[in-house]
Amino acid sequence: MLKISNVETFYGKIQALRGVDLDVNDGEIVSLIGSNGAGKSTLLMTISGVNKTKRGNIVFNGENIENKQPHKIVDMGICQVPEGRRIFSRLTVEENLRLGAHANEKGKYFEKDIKEVYDLFPVLSDRKTQRGGTLSGGEQQMLAIGRALMSKPKVLLLDEPSLGIAPKLVNQIFVSIKNINKEKNVTIFLVEQNAKKALELADRAYVLVNGKVTIKGPGQELLKNKDIQAAYLEGGAKN
Amino acid sequence: MEKKDIIQSFKDSLFTGLIALALFGPIVGLRTVSKGEGLFITPQWGIVFLLVGLCILGRFLININSARRTEFKIFSTLSSKLSSITEDKAKHFAITGILFAVVFPFLPFTDRYFMDVAIMILTYIMLGWGLNIVVGLAGLLDLGYVAFYAVGAYSYALIATTFGWSFWICLPLAGVFAAFFGILLGFPVLRLRGDYLAIVTLGFGEIIRIILINWYEVTNGPDGITGIPRPSFFGLPFKRSPDEGEISFHLFFNLEYSTMHRIIFLYYLILVLALITNYFTLKIRKLPVGRAWEALREDEIACKSLGVNPTNTKLTAFAIGAMFGGFAGSFFATRQAFISPESFTFIESAIIVAIVVLGGMGSQTGVVLASIFLIGITEMFRDLEQYRMIAFGGAMVLIMVFKPKGILANRKPTILMHGDKK
Repeated sequence: MLKISNVETFYGKIQALRGVDLDVNDGEIVSLIGSNGAGKSTLLMTISGVNKTKRGNIVFNGENIENKQPHKIVDMGICQVPEGRRIFSRLTVEENLRLGAHANEKGKYFEKDIKEVYDLFPVLSDRKTQRGGTLSGGEQQMLAIGRALMSKPKVLLLDEPSLGIAPKLVNQIFVSIKNINKEKNVTIFLVEQNAKKALELADRAYVLVNGKVTIKGPGQELLKNKDIQAAYLEGGAKN
Repeated sequence: MEKKDIIQSFKDSLFTGLIALALFGPIVGLRTVSKGEGLFITPQWGIVFLLVGLCILGRFLININSARRTEFKIFSTLSSKLSSITEDKAKHFAITGILFAVVFPFLPFTDRYFMDVAIMILTYIMLGWGLNIVVGLAGLLDLGYVAFYAVGAYSYALIATTFGWSFWICLPLAGVFAAFFGILLGFPVLRLRGDYLAIVTLGFGEIIRIILINWYEVTNGPDGITGIPRPSFFGLPFKRSPDEGEISFHLFFNLEYSTMHRIIFLYYLILVLALITNYFTLKIRKLPVGRAWEALREDEIACKSLGVNPTNTKLTAFAIGAMFGGFAGSFFATRQAFISPESFTFIESAIIVAIVVLGGMGSQTGVVLASIFLIGITEMFRDLEQYRMIAFGGAMVLIMVFKPKGILANRKPTILMHGDKK
């Protein structure tokens, strides 16, 4: 469904991605783990079209999308939940969700879509007239995911959904991600530093080191991989 | 309050005095007087010490006051009153305001001077509302808004004097021209943010003014354009003795001729134009494009990730903001009947930005209060002559001390669905 081949991305002269090969199949949950600065967020921004690809191809449902404008890519059905949530903090929860529907035929199915989001995250329904900035970190993450779902994506790109969130809520969010995948049939591409959780959830996973994919395989298999355990799970392991 | 605090605030105020001495010493203390064959320096230390003393005392009082964690009573009650007005009774307040504005010309104390000031305030309210779209909603700090005001005024003046078309044709054309210039400015600044955007827009304002001064063949340079046609009351001119074949306003309505008719008409004209601007802004905030402006102000990257096209969104904000600036400009031209580049200097942009910022970014009612306050104050203190700007500056400082986020800093949500009440 989404096939990334040999993608290279630069920030000025600094090369962030050094030929990434990766693919995501329909209905899968694919995780990408890696340390700080490995290029995980860069890859997501490149898929979304915010960063430009210098070389390589990104093909989505048979169509090349590298270097398309970000809003066109959202229209095609790839939506990103950016790192750090990036809630519109002075807008209400409902206004935030409406903005998610911006690309989706200007909110034509708004009422139905918003109900689905509220069913998924009931806490948002209680807080719909509250400003985004007054929500807790976990609630903001739910809002960010809900907002992205409003665009009815085929693929949801999630950038570090566990960042800065209470452990209890992290579990809840990972359960929701699984639900979104299974019940709403949305393909998930998840970028995480929390390697254990990400690998447990994933059908397949990739490890990104210095802008290149070094290891790939089914999530459960990677969990048992000695190198990964040493580098990402033991010692520095987070829950 | 503890003794330690008093000593601390005393020290702090002495330090303030030191700064005041450094400033006032050379500026006020050393006065040059021309006597006979040259300039002589006459020191006036008395005034300097008086000023320094005032600074020390003022700072000391502020320090003590803040140490007690209370505000001056009048200000706190005033500001809480203002907030309660806008939060609970925003609608009543707006309706009362509009009703007052409608009957204002017929109130017994209203004379020509009041009408002129009111027209001026309304013009600034309209400009403030127009700029509020760009600055308050889309979050793009535009320090060259006067450029669009100028484009509107000059487009109106040139079209009206060249082709002799009526006000009602020239007005939308002027708006279109201004919007076009808004897009013209929008394109190069799309990548800029914050301070850099502000600098470029500032430059744009100056470029327009300098073009107006130097493009003599078209704009008549610093001499300006004279004889701009006055607006007519739907075809009925406001003239004592109309041209042949014309019926003037007072004859048609069988009134005695008075210059006030035109003033009152102008007043209602700008009132309607301003209210249209306001209505438009309130409506567009509830549409996807308006919401996208606000989202863009909050976070551009999040917007991109959600499929909001930042290019189009910014350009529409610039264009629509500029269009209202252009409308206000053509009103200005028809009211004055004479325009020159003098009227479109940077200080105008600064005042409009000040109105939006003091009003509380994005607040429509705040713009009204700030315009009345800023324009009214400068008018009220006209008798103070050169001290007028000090009063203006002092008023700004007071607002920033007591209401640092603007007079009305609350943003009201645009949607409250499913019968929710906030």
